[in-house]
Amino acid sequence: MIEVNHISKSFGKAGEVSALSNISLNIDEGQLYGLIGPDGAGKTTLFRILTTLLLPDEGFAVIDGMNVVDDYKKLRKILGYMPGRFSLYQDLSVRENLEFYASIFNTTIEVNYALIKDIYVQLEPFNNRRAGALSGGMKQKLALCCALIHKPKVLFLDEPTTGVDVVSRKEFWEMLKRLKNEGITIFVSTPYMDEASLCDKIALIQNGSILSENKPSALTASFNYSLFGVKCNQMNDCRKTLTHWKEILDAYSFGEYLHVKTTKGTIGENDIQEFLLAKGLTDIFIKDVIPTVEDCFIDLMKTKKT
Amino acid sequence: MEHKYSIVTENLTKKFGDFKAVDGISFEVNKGEIFGFLGANGAGKTTAMRMLTGLSIPTSGKAYVAGFDIYSESEKIKLNIGYMSQKFSLYQDLKVWENIEFYGGLYGMSSSQIKSTTKELLSKLEIEKESNSLVKELPLGWKQKLAFSISIMHHPKIVFLDEPTGGVDPVTRRQFWNMIYDAAAEGITIFITTHYMDEAEYCERVAIMVDGKIEALDKPFALKSRFKTDSMDDVFYRLARQAQRSDN
Amino acid sequence: MYFTDWQGKPKEAIIKLAMEQLLAFVRKEVYHILRDRKTLLVLFGLPIAQILLFGFALSNEVKNTKIFMCDLAKDNFSFQLTEKVHASKYFNVVGSIDIPNEADEVLRKGSAHLVMVIPADFSTKLSHSNSASIQLITDGTNPNLASTIQLYLRNIINDFRNQVFEKIELPYTIEVKSRMLYNPQLKGAYTFVPGVMAMVLMIICTLMTSVSIVKEKELGNMEMLLVSPMNPLIVIFSKAIPYLALSLFIVTVILGLSVTLLEVPIRGNIFLLYGVCLIFIIASLALGLVISSITNSQQVAMMISLMGMMLPTIMFGGFMFPIENMPIPLQVISNIVPAKWFYYAISGIMIKGMGIKSVLKEISILLVYGTVFIIISYRNFKIRLE
Repeated sequence: MIEVNHISKSFGKAGEVSALSNISLNIDEGQLYGLIGPDGAGKTTLFRILTTLLLPDEGFAVIDGMNVVDDYKKLRKILGYMPGRFSLYQDLSVRENLEFYASIFNTTIEVNYALIKDIYVQLEPFNNRRAGALSGGMKQKLALCCALIHKPKVLFLDEPTTGVDVVSRKEFWEMLKRLKNEGITIFVSTPYMDEASLCDKIALIQNGSILSENKPSALTASFNYSLFGVKCNQMNDCRKTLTHWKEILDAYSFGEYLHVKTTKGTIGENDIQEFLLAKGLTDIFIKDVIPTVEDCFIDLMKTKKT
Repeated sequence: MEHKYSIVTENLTKKFGDFKAVDGISFEVNKGEIFGFLGANGAGKTTAMRMLTGLSIPTSGKAYVAGFDIYSESEKIKLNIGYMSQKFSLYQDLKVWENIEFYGGLYGMSSSQIKSTTKELLSKLEIEKESNSLVKELPLGWKQKLAFSISIMHHPKIVFLDEPTGGVDPVTRRQFWNMIYDAAAEGITIFITTHYMDEAEYCERVAIMVDGKIEALDKPFALKSRFKTDSMDDVFYRLARQAQRSDN
Repeated sequence: MYFTDWQGKPKEAIIKLAMEQLLAFVRKEVYHILRDRKTLLVLFGLPIAQILLFGFALSNEVKNTKIFMCDLAKDNFSFQLTEKVHASKYFNVVGSIDIPNEADEVLRKGSAHLVMVIPADFSTKLSHSNSASIQLITDGTNPNLASTIQLYLRNIINDFRNQVFEKIELPYTIEVKSRMLYNPQLKGAYTFVPGVMAMVLMIICTLMTSVSIVKEKELGNMEMLLVSPMNPLIVIFSKAIPYLALSLFIVTVILGLSVTLLEVPIRGNIFLLYGVCLIFIIASLALGLVISSITNSQQVAMMISLMGMMLPTIMFGGFMFPIENMPIPLQVISNIVPAKWFYYAISGIMIKGMGIKSVLKEISILLVYGTVFIIISYRNFKIRLE
């Protein structure tokens, strides 16, 4: 559905600031695809190129058989786009915002009501409230309705959950799943690693390059090290001690545990336990850990650097 | 009152008209503690933080920050706290050393003090080469680490961090937290808000605000066992879901 | 069908769709304008306040001018003249002094704006040599006011002389005609009404339009609009239409106020007047579009509009500072300010009652400006982001 081919883009007068370098991705029809990476990684630039708002310096991208540069007019009819900053008119009411976006897409709220119904029912009580007076979560829902009003084939959501609290984030991902079932291809970007597991396929992006593109389960399965979760009485000391041990590749905080990365088949839980006891730490608890997308991201970032 | 605790509040309330943004919160933060302050959008986190940093006067209730009364001694409070937020921290169009010099001057450091602190700070962050770069040219993670270093360069008793790691990559986020641990080890009290639930685990104690009230305040593991779950995410979700109101 | 497809539709249908989009967009703009009460208040309050202030303040300056007489003649003629001056609604004879040297004192104290010295040989000279002189000593701290008073007083004295000579019917009278043309009462409002119009139209059309487009960019709405199938030019048109309507409405308010309250006549053809306004409005709107295409921040747009457009309009528009009195280089510069030509055309039509032929030059210049701005803004218009 979306094919990104060796796209590069630089900014600045002499093109000195490289935003994207040699990006290639493949998104299938009906997929919920996540572009995961921190701020400044190049997510928004890629989104703007795919939504025909920017021209790539090199490479090309094709969406539903149409080139994003040459066929931009046709493409703009099948794309739905929710920019990073919610693009609502603060001084217009909920209803007026929706009606406005419906009419610029030459449709009406009624025509595609079925698609937005689930989301819109939550907004309907506030129909006459100005968008500026809505909560963050409600604004996000309204912006999604506006992006969906013309029943797009492909939906681009640029960091829809940034700055939104956990409750709204969960609700939002549930909405995305329902939309996916309607057959809409969804390309979503996020800085939150924990949202990666909710996608069918993900690409990890950092400093304008793709670290990895895979299914979340396949990505974590490719994590080729042993990973332990370690807990003890003094976490910060524990981390410092462990990072200085040559048997250990990496040790970093991960929620209430430290994640300790070792080469497969070298040391086990008992060795770590003994080592920490010898260093005077107590209340030690060690377990095997299944790597998460975040562990993979950290690993890929560090291997890329060195 | 000022011996054991860094922050003490008693029934602290802020009303905007009929709306109770902060509804009678009472809690204590120990000296040198890393205290997480969580809440959904509109729960009242920002309002509470503004009162504690002396930016906003409470409607009622008491609060002492670093031993000073927030009603009558806000000037003294400001000298004893550091502040950093994701949205506003450094001047993007100033160079790295100019930012350090400016904030040092703001807290009344002498120019020789500023000079030595600058050197120390840059070498600690390993960005000596970037001293002459404009802040806007730095990657986000570096900016946030620099902003944090600057917020504690005058050795405050407490530092308030408002979502300092939003959008930062996972490796830099951890480096940031290592800096927080080091600061806490030096005796600086850390008061932090975050949207990342794994970061809540790094705090010694966590307060969760819902609808202007503190619904839960305890060590992360105690909260998890209370809600019979193994993730802070769940704890937060269960509490925040009951919220009746939302922001604005 | 997944999406609205108008590929295969006949041309009329496409135009109909575009019209519907335009209509929806215009409606939205009207909401924006009407809901921003403060701005709306400024837009209407500003011209009304300016008209009232400038209009009344200026005529009031000449009204109630305090005059001290230094009547050294003390005869019939001098009494008649004093009477005539006092009878005018613009002047009050509030006192008298005995010797001209005291004039300095009363002027300095502010008890008088002007001292009129009638020499002892006034009557004799007037009857015999026809060259009687009267000395007018004015407080020159406000030179504009001083010359206005002098001019006006001179009119009264000339008038007086005509009366006197008609009565005694002397054979050789030399009448000095110095009648003020078009604005015999020297009403400030006459010069100000077109000036205020130029300023307000610049504010609405150039400043408001550019800010409102840049706002769409700043808030991120532009991204969404560009990604929609709507022709991006609709954004531009729909921004222009409400402001054009608003401008014409405010022009009407200004004209109405000037005619009713300030008694400024509209001597020329009213349609011609509106026609010139329309050309200026379109040129200003296009200028606003040019500004919005070169910046992405509301602040910068406002700065450019205010500093780059409003200041020259005020300085070189011709209604604040007479261009004829400026040094030659500034006079040359003033020619590039569109507001100057608008001001010339409007004051020509309104006050002098000129026809289209007499203001053809001004109209053509404004048309050229409008066309150039439209071309620049069209070429600068981006269908993508930068």
